[in-house]
Amino acid sequence: MTFTVPIDNGDSVKIAEEESQRTLYPYVTGTSIVAIKYKDGVLMASDMGGSYGSTLRYKNIERVKAIGKHSLLGASGEISDFQEILRYLDELTLNDNMWDDGNSLGPKEIHNYLTRVMYNRRNKFNPLWNTLVLGGVKNGKSYLGMVSMIGVSFEDDHVATGFGNHLARPILRDEWHADLSFEDGVKLLEKCMRVLLYRDRSAINKLQIAKITEEGVTVSQPYSLKTFWEFSSFHNPTAGAEGSCRMLS
Amino acid sequence: MFRNQYDTDVTTWSPTGRLFQVEYAMEAVKQGSAAIGLRSRSHVVLACVNKAQSELSSHQRKIFKVDDHIGVAIAGLTADGRVLSRYMRSESINHSFTYESPLPVGRLVVHLADKAQVCTQRSWKRPYGVGLLVGGLDESGAHLYYNCPSGNYFEYQAFAIGSRSQAAKTYLERRFESFQESSREDLIKDAIMAIRETLQGETLKSSLCTVSVLGVDEAFHFLDQESIQKVIDTFEKVPEEEEDAGEGDAEPEAATGAAGTGEQGGSGDQDVAPMEI
Repeated sequence: MTFTVPIDNGDSVKIAEEESQRTLYPYVTGTSIVAIKYKDGVLMASDMGGSYGSTLRYKNIERVKAIGKHSLLGASGEISDFQEILRYLDELTLNDNMWDDGNSLGPKEIHNYLTRVMYNRRNKFNPLWNTLVLGGVKNGKSYLGMVSMIGVSFEDDHVATGFGNHLARPILRDEWHADLSFEDGVKLLEKCMRVLLYRDRSAINKLQIAKITEEGVTVSQPYSLKTFWEFSSFHNPTAGAEGSCRMLS
Repeated sequence: MFRNQYDTDVTTWSPTGRLFQVEYAMEAVKQGSAAIGLRSRSHVVLACVNKAQSELSSHQRKIFKVDDHIGVAIAGLTADGRVLSRYMRSESINHSFTYESPLPVGRLVVHLADKAQVCTQRSWKRPYGVGLLVGGLDESGAHLYYNCPSGNYFEYQAFAIGSRSQAAKTYLERRFESFQESSREDLIKDAIMAIRETLQGETLKSSLCTVSVLGVDEAFHFLDQESIQKVIDTFEKVPEEEEDAGEGDAEPEAATGAAGTGEQGGSGDQDVAPMEI
């Protein structure tokens, strides 16, 4: 809609219009994604929360989705942008299937496509406010990569987004090794997710673990981790740091 | 094919359901010098006869690299071929940039065919006057396609286009069943022998032909003159009687001495001047 707004600089109206159309901050966000390569493919874990600022507003959001036959996409950040990306990928995979010629887009191709999309949006100062994790298996080769909202992209054996960068990566660096079994992989992811649950304010105790192998994608039913809140430090949280406010004692 | 009242416009049908302009465009392909393609499970060989405008000029380029995994040989209006090769290179590189993955040749060929079809359905355009033999790889292995000015494309095990291609086709028809499992070397040899058929009597020399190869583990590249000559020498015993000009062929390596094959050399034509291509 055109509206005239007098502004001091020369080209007034058009810029005012554009300002309101660009993404300036995220509104409903998902927190970390943690993913690792294991013996048969890739495992990806995320919780099902969507925060509205500091409110844990939505508790049933699936942040990991299957893409085509060979890939899995997980996203943290703005949920509506994630849904937009899923629409782009839907169109992409639809056209790929329509060729019906024995060729198909693998995880590497999708990762690079997403990198192009994210980077181009960043260049227009209208980013898709997500950090994406793309994992998959094609022709026996596992693939795991990440793209950020500014278009930084890379591949690795294990990745984490958001708070996971700070809390999960150190664990993965210490304990990940090649050819993890499925059980060990899940244990490792649960360890990371438990730390995130304790320490990340926007995490909720309802998570899904998705697995992708040559055969295809399986997303687990949502479940909770067992937590323990009786640590002695939790009993008296302000011990040693009482400060001047006497209300808590 | 004779002139008739329905052949002025590409957008005019004849009463018998033909588009004559498109068919005339396919005639133009037959005027160009021969180009040949063959494929096995893992390799594609494209070869062509070098044709020069005159004794003074160099020969026209008929084989183009589109990407590491795709090559194209053309016959017909070279200018149209050059433009289409540029289009193919562009499509290939755009795909590589977006997906970091090679464009499957089957998809490129469909884009090319769709582009050609447009020219058969616009009154202000004309069909491209060039036939393209596209060889390349995709997930299912090596493929060879022929794109024609009508906008059709076909997949082949082996094919030849251009002038005197019928002779090459006859040769290929006899042997195509073995191509799928052929080794790379045998495929190259068959390509050169098919080229020889189109020369009909002229002595086969490496300077007369261009050969290119691509494969599952081999990027598209041209074979150099020496390698081509080596292959020729394995089956062509050069009769030196009338050759005073002393062209590239050295005295035949008697070691391999393919007895009888090249003995008669020029079949019908007596001493065709080697310069006349």
